[in-house]
Amino acid sequence: MEKGISSETRIKNSNIYANPVVRYFKDNLGILLALFVMCLILSIATDSFFDGKNMLTVLRQICINALLAFGMTFVLIIGGIDLTVGSVVGASGVAVVMLMEAGVGMIPAILIALALGAVIGLINGTIIALTGMPAFIVTLSMMGSIRGLAYIITDGRSKASSNQTFTSMGNGYLLGIPIPIYILAVVMIIVSIILYKTKFGRRMYAIGGNPTAAKYTGINIKGITIKVYVLSAVLSALAGIILASRMFSGQPTAGQGYESDAIAAAVLGGTSFSGGIGTIGGTLIGALVIGVLSNGLNLLHIPSYVQMVIKGIVIILAVGFDIIKNRNNRK
Amino acid sequence: MANQYFMEMQQICKTFPGAKVLNNVELRLKAGEVRALMGENGAGKSTLIKILGGIYSKDQGCGCIKINGKEVEINSVHDAKAHGISIIHQEISLAENMTVADNLFMGEELLKKVRCFVDDKEMINKAQQVIDSMGMDIDVRTKVGDLSIAKQQMVEICRALMYDSKLIVMDEPTSSLTQTEIEQLFIQIEKLKKNGIAIIYISHRMDEIFRIADSITVLRDGELIGTDLAASLDRDKLIAMMVGRELMEVYKNDEKPEPGDECLVVKKFENKYLKDVSFSLRRGEILGFAGLVGAGRTELARAIFGIDKVDSGEIFIEGERAIIRRPQDAIARRIAYIPENRKLEGLFLTNNIRYNVSISVLDKFIKLIGVNKKTEQGILDEHQGSLSIRMTSGEQKVQQLSGGNQQKVLVAKWLATDPQILILDEPTRGIDVGAKAAIYQLIYTLARQGVAIMLISSEMEEIINMSTRIVVMHEGEKAGELENKGTSETMQEKIMLLASGGKINGEGN
Repeated sequence: MEKGISSETRIKNSNIYANPVVRYFKDNLGILLALFVMCLILSIATDSFFDGKNMLTVLRQICINALLAFGMTFVLIIGGIDLTVGSVVGASGVAVVMLMEAGVGMIPAILIALALGAVIGLINGTIIALTGMPAFIVTLSMMGSIRGLAYIITDGRSKASSNQTFTSMGNGYLLGIPIPIYILAVVMIIVSIILYKTKFGRRMYAIGGNPTAAKYTGINIKGITIKVYVLSAVLSALAGIILASRMFSGQPTAGQGYESDAIAAAVLGGTSFSGGIGTIGGTLIGALVIGVLSNGLNLLHIPSYVQMVIKGIVIILAVGFDIIKNRNNRK
Repeated sequence: MANQYFMEMQQICKTFPGAKVLNNVELRLKAGEVRALMGENGAGKSTLIKILGGIYSKDQGCGCIKINGKEVEINSVHDAKAHGISIIHQEISLAENMTVADNLFMGEELLKKVRCFVDDKEMINKAQQVIDSMGMDIDVRTKVGDLSIAKQQMVEICRALMYDSKLIVMDEPTSSLTQTEIEQLFIQIEKLKKNGIAIIYISHRMDEIFRIADSITVLRDGELIGTDLAASLDRDKLIAMMVGRELMEVYKNDEKPEPGDECLVVKKFENKYLKDVSFSLRRGEILGFAGLVGAGRTELARAIFGIDKVDSGEIFIEGERAIIRRPQDAIARRIAYIPENRKLEGLFLTNNIRYNVSISVLDKFIKLIGVNKKTEQGILDEHQGSLSIRMTSGEQKVQQLSGGNQQKVLVAKWLATDPQILILDEPTRGIDVGAKAAIYQLIYTLARQGVAIMLISSEMEEIINMSTRIVVMHEGEKAGELENKGTSETMQEKIMLLASGGKINGEGN
């Protein structure tokens, strides 16, 4: 017979809401519902939506955006923003293909392209952390500069890749599932561990939630800020490499405007624009919603210009929803 | 027959999802009456006031609000203003980047004959008239952000007068004022009273209440406990009404801590805010820091903790010279600083209690990627217990807690670091009697365990009752150091004298 409650049971009892599955559904109820309704409508309106093949296509399409959005989630959690993600996609894609065409092996080329991303993130993070310039201004300026560099090194032309191993990374299948989905799954596990299981992850929430209190708590704000921007840029570089592989070429125009989809996915997934709030699981659903939306609009034969209008409205609704939710929380 | 009450709230109820926070509460006020509204945090004072001010709406079909005997509907701040009701919130709500005149006329700007241009000249003139009529020394062209907090509060009062208010609610107006500024405020309140303006005054400070209020209304747990003339009540009765039990002595301390060895010595600290400040602190000692707001007490704490730079001076911990450049260095030396503004500087409001309590000691239970949940829970349990934090679970968001409980969470966060030197900056500002008592008892316990404590407080009563010694500061300098002996009155006089720049013969230095 057990007298008194053991520490184990107390943890279980007090963690009713901490049960990850229950919490996941509770926290993301609104957006999950939206995703469900969208899928329902599309499966009625089109024949091909619920097709297994189409599902895999949707998943493959969201990979790039989800990678960017994970990085964006980190940046938004610390109260920043990273507008360079799209440009990094272009630059890293161009870099990896040109390196391989110049005779560098595939693995070293990929590592160098990722390192290029890390350097860009380091520059972003250092300027933001050390000068106190607004992240928006810094990354907006860097966005233009990086894109310009991608044009300069390619002379504005797309660079075709002749390495078939490389191109099969973005286009191939393993056990009937596109390879990018495996990459996404692995990245998702890694970023989740970083965010939930490390001191670094927990401290990110503190910085975005209340920078003054974070400073008084003895948290190294500058160091964490720099690391977060590096992380975001490395994820963007990875996305750029996968995209280049899928397009059989490195294109200086690749990734243009991707920052807005990444922000939209993060915010749709419950990440707060004012910092301190955000989850990887939420962002994944955000990316799914945007993916299903694009796919559905295509299946319904809606012209791409109209799609742009619709997507813009969705972002406004998402941010509006975020603000209203926060307002209610405060009361 | 004419109704003699200016404002009546009858049978007011308010239900939030899951909780009834007001139940049949009544509040009646005559013109020119100063009414103190009292109760512990969470008693329903703010909710009642927010209903009066049109920020919340009362439950439908329940009770009514009457102005001059006529029933009115107050559904917005605008409605409240139209009925002559103004609320001065605890947090000042002026635009710091704009001038006093602009603030006074905000939303009601005076226009030139050509109706699309604002008439700056006329606004400045009129604003200056209002300020002068209150006997205040403020140029209305100054930016509000450049004024002292006290003056900002006066500007808030003037703004209420601009709207031709007949009833002004002041929510904890003195919480950031110095004694002299409080006196100024009381003079203004007397003036308002003479002009027939009714005032509802919310405060936790008993001495103020008994000085300024004609009558006192006490709420507890959303219920009206009673309204009585201030003259027929005293401290003990009032506390008993508020807490619902006989007065437990808040400062009760059976076993005075015995100060041990010196553990913190500060020598000749100088920076932008401090001039040649030196003092020493012993283990188990509670060293009080008294002085006016802006005397440099918080700045001294910030300098010791590595938040502000020190231009010259030395600090010794346990006899060893310490270099503290950032809070991390101070924490490594087992110093903890509990800042005065818990919401802005202390807590992560959107995160839960567990997070807030454990954020400063992540090293204790996270090793690379392994989170030891048992240890984490242990840390929370230990401090929740010792501080009796009222919460539904560790997952509750800190912003949902009452002020007193938020303060306890903040204290718990720093106790988790197991400090040797604890700096408390206004630890009981704006919290109720029960929470205050819990924090005082904790301070005693820590002192008995040998923790050295720096207690910064603007509440005279608190400083005198808690401290072993008292350092008084004035304009960035140490004005004197007092052994805490003699009656409370003589101590208070000495402190006041030093704090205002005077000298004591034979004592002080």
